[in-house]
Amino acid sequence: MERLLNFGNALPGVLSLGLIWGIMAIGLFITYKILELSDLTVDGSFCTGGAVCIVMMAMGQPTWLAMVCAFLAGMLTGAVTGFLHTTCKIPAILAGILTQLGLWTINMIIMGIEKGELVSTLTIPARNSKPLVSAMFLKTALNGTKPVYMYPPFVLVVITACIIGLLYWFFGTERGASIRATGANEHMARAQGINTNANKMLGLMLANGLVALSGSLFAQYNGNSEINMGRGAIVIGLAAIIIGDVLFGKLFKNFALKLLAVSFGAIVYYLVIQAVLTLLQVDSQYLKLMSAAIVAIFLTVPNLGGHSFKKHKKEAPVCSK
Amino acid sequence: MLEIIDIHKTFNAGTINEKRALQGVSLHLKPGDFVTVIGGNGAGKSTLMNSVSGAYPVDEGKILIDGVDVTHLPEHKRAQYIGRVFQDPMMGTAATMQIEENLALAARRGKIRTLRTGITKKERALYKEQLATLGLGLEDRMTAKVGLLSGGQRQALTLLMATLQKPKLLLLDEHTAALDPKTAAKVLETTQRIVERDNLTTLMITHNMRDAITYGNRLIMMYDGRIVVDVSGEEKKKLTVEQLLSLFSKASGSDEVNDKLLLS
Repeated sequence: MERLLNFGNALPGVLSLGLIWGIMAIGLFITYKILELSDLTVDGSFCTGGAVCIVMMAMGQPTWLAMVCAFLAGMLTGAVTGFLHTTCKIPAILAGILTQLGLWTINMIIMGIEKGELVSTLTIPARNSKPLVSAMFLKTALNGTKPVYMYPPFVLVVITACIIGLLYWFFGTERGASIRATGANEHMARAQGINTNANKMLGLMLANGLVALSGSLFAQYNGNSEINMGRGAIVIGLAAIIIGDVLFGKLFKNFALKLLAVSFGAIVYYLVIQAVLTLLQVDSQYLKLMSAAIVAIFLTVPNLGGHSFKKHKKEAPVCSK
Repeated sequence: MLEIIDIHKTFNAGTINEKRALQGVSLHLKPGDFVTVIGGNGAGKSTLMNSVSGAYPVDEGKILIDGVDVTHLPEHKRAQYIGRVFQDPMMGTAATMQIEENLALAARRGKIRTLRTGITKKERALYKEQLATLGLGLEDRMTAKVGLLSGGQRQALTLLMATLQKPKLLLLDEHTAALDPKTAAKVLETTQRIVERDNLTTLMITHNMRDAITYGNRLIMMYDGRIVVDVSGEEKKKLTVEQLLSLFSKASGSDEVNDKLLLS
């Protein structure tokens, strides 16, 4: 009973974290699902977003500006991976890993800008702390110390809705459609005059911009940025995409709904983790292993039984040429 | 309209797998020319096509389309002049996108892609009309994913996409080879109709000698990276498959290649 109560109390926090990571997963969706590139930059760019945001807030800059800069910094990291992949012809996975590795140092430099040395954790000083979302608001927004609309799950739902709306619009434009075509069939795209390299670059920038934005929200939520905050982000992102697809794929066909499914996927992921931690009282040291196991399970499920038959059926016209 | 001046292309140069795919090919197409290209496997037909489309650069020589030197233009920039249909039905369309989306992408070939809406109402009406001319019932399935279509339907759609914006040059790379005979005939008919309607300058590779004779106003045969036979006008109209074969063995100086050509 007590465990159940603990689980219930944790739900608003779980929902908030799920929504924050959901934004990162939506970014990953752009590269992984739309462009069909495996972009491992995200583990680094997530932290870049948090680092830029916290540094700027610590320096007394307005929160909105800090978040805009975090987004732009994320785009820059995507551009580096894009450059390595398209111009230097390095395979996407390797290009992402290289950027991610380099970002480890860059992120410490960013966080240490004020002190002029490498810093691995940075906390916002209380006098400059005006976060948009914070774990502390979960209580204060309800007991009247903070306005009710500052309740983190509400703020995050609004942000997520705006992002999904903007992406829905963008991928319906001429440029957005050409990015989808680049991912769907590069030969066709080039034959139709689409600069596939430029589109991959743009997609990687947009994706990592969103990842960094998510990182800036995560850092605000925790009140600090930390060099390891993005470690394993790719796994959580993939988990969200895959869980969303497995659970809602049959229901959600529209593009906006598919993005929504990704966000739901991230929430479900956090629910499962939280349930295992509080209901089954598993030691949190086992978290990484559990995450990997959850992703592996959700990756396996679609390949069992029904789905593989469906795939076979879809390819039938090709075989019968 | 198309001017190919002495192009050379060697794959894996300097290695044991060296393949001299094009060894000095020159070809001049007048506006409205419909040229069929035949030749055995490894004769250089596809390499010729890919060199013109810009899929890879040539080692030597020049390629001009309507007077513009495109030799060093990347593939996606040449696309503004060229409509293409590939041998593989999967290659010319985006399977996970809708029929109308594919058409809308093709309608913007060579244009700057902006943040305006990807497909307008006006366009939809136009595409519906255009699809109806194919006679495949696709006009009622505009929002269906292309992946659901058969190979023949996809080739017909690719053909429509290639010609939606009148190209200066239409490249058809064995575009009926992967289809059953009945579907192939239908796609060829459609090809003929569109080429005639728009008076398109066309280069068509085929492995079917009868088709090569039936269609177009000029026929070239390739062997070992060179053009060895070039027939046009009245002479081409009277051509038979047997004559074509003897022309080929004369040009290549060997009988055994007959089998090679026939079997390919």
